[in-house]
Amino acid sequence: MSTFETIPESTSQTSAEHLAERLSKSITAAAEADRREGWNRPPVFLPESENGVLEVAMGPHHPSTHGVFRMDVSVDGERVIRLKPVFGYLHRNHEKIAEGTAYLASMPYTDRLDYFCSLTNNWAYALAVEKLAGIQVPERAEYIRVILAELTRIQNHAAAVGFLLQDMGASGTPLMYAFREREKILDLFEQLTGSRMMCNYMRFGGCRVDVTDAWLDRARRLVAGMPQFVDEFEALLTTNEILMVRCQGIGALKPDLAVNAGVTGPMLRATGVNYDLRKVDHYGIYDRFKFRIPLGDHGDVYDRYMVRILEIREAVHILEQALKEIPAGPIMDPKTKLRGFRPKPGEAYGRIEAPKGELGFYLISDGGSNPYRYRVRPPSMINLTVLEDMCLGHNVADVVVILGSVDIVLGEVDR
Amino acid sequence: MLGEGILKGLAQTAKNFAGSYVSEERLTTVQYPEERLPVAEASRVFPFLVFDGSEWLGGMRCVACQICEKECPPKCIYIEKSKDKKPDYVGKQQFYPVRFDIDISVCMSCQICVEVCPFEAIKMDTAFELATDDRFGGLLLDRQQLAKSNEYYHSIHPTEASEVDARLDEEKVKAEAKAKAAAPAAAAKPPAPAGGKD
Ligand code: SF4
Ligand code: SF4
Repeated sequence: MSTFETIPESTSQTSAEHLAERLSKSITAAAEADRREGWNRPPVFLPESENGVLEVAMGPHHPSTHGVFRMDVSVDGERVIRLKPVFGYLHRNHEKIAEGTAYLASMPYTDRLDYFCSLTNNWAYALAVEKLAGIQVPERAEYIRVILAELTRIQNHAAAVGFLLQDMGASGTPLMYAFREREKILDLFEQLTGSRMMCNYMRFGGCRVDVTDAWLDRARRLVAGMPQFVDEFEALLTTNEILMVRCQGIGALKPDLAVNAGVTGPMLRATGVNYDLRKVDHYGIYDRFKFRIPLGDHGDVYDRYMVRILEIREAVHILEQALKEIPAGPIMDPKTKLRGFRPKPGEAYGRIEAPKGELGFYLISDGGSNPYRYRVRPPSMINLTVLEDMCLGHNVADVVVILGSVDIVLGEVDR
Repeated sequence: MLGEGILKGLAQTAKNFAGSYVSEERLTTVQYPEERLPVAEASRVFPFLVFDGSEWLGGMRCVACQICEKECPPKCIYIEKSKDKKPDYVGKQQFYPVRFDIDISVCMSCQICVEVCPFEAIKMDTAFELATDDRFGGLLLDRQQLAKSNEYYHSIHPTEASEVDARLDEEKVKAEAKAKAAAPAAAAKPPAPAGGKD
């Protein structure tokens, strides 16, 4: 429910002027500070019309905000002149809980960060602990991880594009097509891990259960059918005039601002910056696969959409290679115990290219059974920090689309 | 031409709409309460306690070691250990839980209790229609509600249950052989050196 703070007719002169003055002062001051520090900010927007400025709280229970997230938007007519993201409504104290429990017990909690991509969350956390304790992962387990991570990427991007279209008013059809495919992938996850979304599958030094040949065959069939789905999806959307009008040139992000703000993932690559941790870090076994990194040009909503679609296609390529090459062998490091796990004192930062961007876990161990410090670097929250820069000067309806194109999950933003 | 993309998209929707009458692939909706999809074998919802034989308390595998209580991330298991002992599946005297409650309103179905239990006593159930109008008592399951027979376990996770049974039988055979080896060894005063092997 949005709350509207309208200004009563009788006193409109004084309060509206007061509000406008206060706003323009704060905006000018912020822009001045940015200029001093050499930041490249979009032009300053001052209220123009004489009707005054309206402050609207979009959220926390607005259907377009993908969860409980609030944007305090100041609008001049339809134009957004200021936007303040407010988060924390879904704060669940993840980091502090993790500091009080055993290393293993945090694994199911990581599922609940970005609940669309529990398997990549598991991997990032497992990677950090493996770095901390110096654990080697067997080859087969690495392949399983890559397969699951790329399946996760496909279903996340399909759903993200579906939701973006939903935000644009294409209610239902694209989202349902995306969910139809996503459902097949979730069925695969359920068959292997026991759960559709809260998989809790990876363990330090490997994976929990082995994949069967029947599962691999099913995955191969699914992957073989995936390009057909993407073609259909693209035929439905890519050249659709309404989508192009609503997306092209909307919410453009400059590469230097994106880099300075720490934006990662498809949002950064849509601005043309070639940065993908799978290529930069070579974590896991990604250096064995041939794949390309799709890049955008303008950094607008349409580029983000396009980058996601192309990443689905590249993920299919990785999956084809991984499903062909997967070797037999053990899936767990035999030296790592499940219970009584105590890494030596030290610190480690494990990061992977999650579907939404760089997901990192920073751990400090003091030799005990639970981490001394546990910190998550959530990609969706950091990508959200540039929301105002992307939205200024656009219409309110575009704000919804721009937010949709960031692809946030509030479980990860607020933790 | 303006509108070409829209028409192309509409052709796709039309294809899907018409296709839903002829192809299983395109008709993906399931009318849930009447129609049901089969539950995946690996699927997990909430834990239950396995018992052997027909008597739930007598055959209960749990020995109240309280490992699962300690390892459960949200700490939703409550166990009280018995004062007396009863024989377990290999005939060894063991404790048993006089109280074993799981608060399924807190449980997050993570399966960690199953993984850490050394006695194959707790497993994951696949029943998911657990709605109740009693918010507190109805969601706190006690040991009798949690106890399910080994046959039930076989019916929901056949592969896993057979593996578990094989493992337990092996242990039982080993324990019996050991007991047999120990018996004549105890009878004959000088212990036979071969008695150590089973
Ligand atoms: S269920 Fe298993 S781990 Fe838990 S108390 Fe019983 S025997 Fe121990
Ligand atoms: S499934 Fe997880 S949360 Fe539930 S009782 Fe077992 S360990 Fe606790």
